[in-house]
Amino acid sequence: MKLATLAFLPALLGACSYQHYQSVFGNAGTDDHQFLTLFAIFMAVCTVMYVAVIAFLIVGILRRRRAGEANVVETGRHHRAHPLMRAGLIGWGAVVSIGLMALAITSFFTDRSMAQSAAHPRLSITVTGNQWWWDAVYNSADASQTLHTANELHIPVGVPTRIILRSNDVIHSFWLPSLAGKQDLIPGRETDISIVPKKTGIYRGQCAEYCGAQHANMAFVVNVDNYPDFINWWRQQLQPAPAPATPLAQAGFDYIAQHQCSMCHNIAGTPVGGQVGPDLTHFASRRTLAAGTLPMSVGNLHDWIADPQSVKPGTKMPKIPMEETDLRAVVAYLETLK
Amino acid sequence: MSSPFRASLIIAGAATLMVCGCKREERHSDSNPLAGSVPAGERQPTIYPGGGTPPPLDPRAARYENNAPALAEGQWLYAQMNCVGCHAHGGGGMGPALMDDKWRYGGRIDQIAMTIAEGRPNGMPAWRGRLTDDQIWKLAAYVRSLSGQPSKDAVSSRADEMSNTTPLTLTPRQGPRNADTAGR
Repeated sequence: MKLATLAFLPALLGACSYQHYQSVFGNAGTDDHQFLTLFAIFMAVCTVMYVAVIAFLIVGILRRRRAGEANVVETGRHHRAHPLMRAGLIGWGAVVSIGLMALAITSFFTDRSMAQSAAHPRLSITVTGNQWWWDAVYNSADASQTLHTANELHIPVGVPTRIILRSNDVIHSFWLPSLAGKQDLIPGRETDISIVPKKTGIYRGQCAEYCGAQHANMAFVVNVDNYPDFINWWRQQLQPAPAPATPLAQAGFDYIAQHQCSMCHNIAGTPVGGQVGPDLTHFASRRTLAAGTLPMSVGNLHDWIADPQSVKPGTKMPKIPMEETDLRAVVAYLETLK
Repeated sequence: MSSPFRASLIIAGAATLMVCGCKREERHSDSNPLAGSVPAGERQPTIYPGGGTPPPLDPRAARYENNAPALAEGQWLYAQMNCVGCHAHGGGGMGPALMDDKWRYGGRIDQIAMTIAEGRPNGMPAWRGRLTDDQIWKLAAYVRSLSGQPSKDAVSSRADEMSNTTPLTLTPRQGPRNADTAGR
């Protein structure tokens, strides 16, 4: 029974690789592909060497010393060992050296080709880590084309994308296993990672460096779109927020503009212009709430705004004493921010 | 059992008991008891010119004074809400310095909280309704820490900003003051 369970465990782990949403075997980005190839080569070479060493060790333990023969090392006669044994040992040394060289060369070329894909990015995004959410700016030489969003990225398939990483507080780590590797965000320093996505889809990433109480709830979503879809998304996101259409939504907007919300959040095209928390201009078009803490839904939105501290204890978003009517109005407005 | 061994056993036991006595400060992530606790428009007097008797300390102060998480949150708010713009990192500029021992409107935590909530003449804006009461108290706790009033085990040993001043943990402590007791 126990044996069956043991055999079942690796099978379970293997099954993880089929879930491409967030997987270290995702293989959906070019860099990721190169990395997986490198990993496979390292794994194969090291497995062969490991098996060989263990086999020699087992033979050494099992082989009985011939009767009457002294220890060759102690007698100093080891240099006069059997010629075949000498040849074997020299051969072994050669195999080890060549193997290590091969690994070093493979690693060097993988590194080089990854650096080359980063050298000519066609899209540049600045991602800033905060406790505990991600701020994203799609950089453009033209200020009117600079797009500000948070916690969710869209990137076109096949386009080399450079993600510039900064941190506002502590060290975070940008980890998007299905598409790329992992890169730390260090306060006061700029790092970067490049992605060339190969497959369209939705991928999850998360912070991979412990950064405080809500480190576990610091995730993000990356949508890899076809180029036309990406351009449509881009144009749509560049629009200012739609004006509130119903009286309830108008009341919600008024509450946001006149209360604590506007101190931290920004809604483009309105006087709500805080730069501390996530940008809310097209908030309802995202898949998740509070950096991957909850799926985006009206119910969760009520929950989150009514008491952020019970949903994500320690989050910088305070609990604002609100009347129920205000809460309904605020949610009714936020829902329209598609 | 030899007597040195017994002695060390007793010391170890006593040390363990002492460690059990240590109490970590509480982290208040819920702002419930503070919601709407200072009703808008009701301005409580916090200045006592000519030597009035200051009222007893607001009971809410105990939650924020000498509370490391509150001080840390206050430090974050101090930078994010642009207090730095006028008061710099405590040294003052357009606004008065906060790291000295002069308090125009009282240096007790509830007096500072009132100053932040209501604003003061000549430039200090009112933050009531812009920050929650919880955030205002956290800010007040941090402002007090700039002049070395909270205990050293609660203050941050490192500032968030670039700084060439002495860390708060190494500055001398000062007692709480208000405008009257400071005598200025």
